[in-house]
Amino acid sequence: MSEANDQRAALSNKTAELAVAGSTFALGAIVVFDSWRLGAKWMADGPQTGYFPFYVGLIICIASVVNFVGALRAGDKDSAFVEVGQLKLVLSVLVPTSVYVVLVGFLGIYVPSIVYIAFFMLWLGKYAWWKAALVSVGTNVFFYCVFEIWFQVPLPKGVVESLLGLD
Amino acid sequence: MDALNSLLDGFAVALTLTNIALMFAGVILGVIIGVLPGLGGANGVAILLPLTFSMAQSPGGQTSAIILLSCIYWGALFGGAITSILFNIPGEPWSVATTFDGYPLAQRGRAGEALTAAFTSSFFGAAVGVVVITFLSPVVAEFALEFGPPEFFSVYLLTFCAFIGMSKQAPFKTLVSMMLGFALAAVGTDTVTGTLRMTFGTATLLTGFDFLVAVIGLFGIGEILQTLEEGLEFRGASAKINLRVVLDTWKELPKYWATSLRGAAIGCFMGIVPGGATPASFMSYGVARRLSKDGDKFGEGMVEGVVAPETAAHAAGTSALLPMLTLGVPGSPTAAVLLGGLLIWGLEPGPLLFVEQKDFVWGLIASMYLGNIAGLIVVLTCVPLFAAILRIPFSVIAPIIIVICAIGAYTVHNTTFDVYMMVVFGVVGYLFKKLDYPLAPLVLAIVLGDRAEASFRQAMLMSQGDMRILFENGLVGSITTLALALLIWPMLSVLWASIRKGLAKGA
Repeated sequence: MSEANDQRAALSNKTAELAVAGSTFALGAIVVFDSWRLGAKWMADGPQTGYFPFYVGLIICIASVVNFVGALRAGDKDSAFVEVGQLKLVLSVLVPTSVYVVLVGFLGIYVPSIVYIAFFMLWLGKYAWWKAALVSVGTNVFFYCVFEIWFQVPLPKGVVESLLGLD
Repeated sequence: MDALNSLLDGFAVALTLTNIALMFAGVILGVIIGVLPGLGGANGVAILLPLTFSMAQSPGGQTSAIILLSCIYWGALFGGAITSILFNIPGEPWSVATTFDGYPLAQRGRAGEALTAAFTSSFFGAAVGVVVITFLSPVVAEFALEFGPPEFFSVYLLTFCAFIGMSKQAPFKTLVSMMLGFALAAVGTDTVTGTLRMTFGTATLLTGFDFLVAVIGLFGIGEILQTLEEGLEFRGASAKINLRVVLDTWKELPKYWATSLRGAAIGCFMGIVPGGATPASFMSYGVARRLSKDGDKFGEGMVEGVVAPETAAHAAGTSALLPMLTLGVPGSPTAAVLLGGLLIWGLEPGPLLFVEQKDFVWGLIASMYLGNIAGLIVVLTCVPLFAAILRIPFSVIAPIIIVICAIGAYTVHNTTFDVYMMVVFGVVGYLFKKLDYPLAPLVLAIVLGDRAEASFRQAMLMSQGDMRILFENGLVGSITTLALALLIWPMLSVLWASIRKGLAKGA
């Protein structure tokens, strides 16, 4: 993959550290907020529902601040968190995967899986279409046999399966 | 000699045709999982866990189910060595140290030797770990029968403090990761009062986040994304193992008995206290390099440099099951997933398991002996086959792995919401790994969150909110003190280093 050779930094390490510390702080704040709403105090019958998570959230916030400050003080070493070429590769998998899981919600597991595997082989692997078709359909037939028939674990199905009378 | 009698009963349970078949199936699956990028011990077991739901309902089925899953774990431990030595890609984090000397050996055409040494020392490490479990776990379990809520909470505290004190990562990153785990565990219905927490009015969050989904996303999807950065191709040495190479290597191995014993000791210790296999393998490699007379040749392809980390990794991986079984506190992410499995099958891990489920516990322990023998046979005979799996191009294997992860995430609760969450956890795992946030404490906290909270609340109810209950008697007091000592250990070591620096300057 020639794209992997693009070594410019898409995101510096510092930015990534700051962003993650900021996000964890926000999550901690949500936890603190919701626990406080539920009651994080001590009642006559013992600790309230929010008692334990309240302190968990508080620790997340404090530790996030420490990490945030640590990242700020780490100086401006411009080491790349991810290079442009790497990011392209990662996104070339992450984007189709996100589309795939959304499709699973609508069409069940089998049809999106066939499309997803075939897409990968055609687009990233540059395989002949018949090879892609063979592998993607074959894998899913295998999964169908293992899960539905052998272990009797039903997987999500959609319109296509009901047309084929498989559910 | 109670342990020996119980062990013999255990062999009677484990030695059925079905269970032996499951052992081999588990080991083979495990090696494949260990070899493939994106699938490892923890998420491999997590994906296959739902398949055991129906299995565990038949009488004796729980034992078969745990045998299958634990053998997958052993297989994954073995499998990690194959990729490290042949491809210089550590299939598992604990095999990173194996690449240091294993890959140079393979490059010089001595792959067979390196692999045999790795497998044999893995087997030795695991064997020591199992012996420790056999004789130590009944003692620990009996001791732990006396535990009440404050004691259990102090043990949880010790586990989590050990993570902060002993991990190589920045302590506050470990803390964030761990507390996020607790927060995720708290989402959903409060087990004590039935109140809804952090669901924000949505029905999908009622049941909370399942740790299995988190494991599949964090370790599976996250790892695939990270592997991608290295490009799409693997190039590796080819390997053949024949009987000659095996026998020649076995003749050479007794020379390294001291390294093996040290490795096993480090591994057992690190596995029981929740340090885990990864630091154990590094530590053992470091110690071996320092103490070996050929220490300066380490890194160029020394068999001893393969023996050290592999023995320790397997000893740690195996003994991590000891605290899981006896106290209900897993020592590693994979042990945490197995613990989750026990809970789902309706077994309560902890000291009572040794009283109420004798067949299950001793069947499992006996299967550890047998499973590792099965593992050694499988890996020694099938290496070329497993290496061939790695030659399947990434553009074929990656989507298949992701589909498997998606199926695994779905089958946990039969909801597609979990599949979405898997991708979210995958991105989190990718970011966290790249920024050195440790993932193991996050997973452990999700698994143990509810239990830790419950024991905390019970303890607080007993004492009417007085924290001093954690120092009430000698037992709970010493565990709590140890936990706090481990917590401030990093600070002390920084302080100590600066004092020494100051002294050195002054002198």
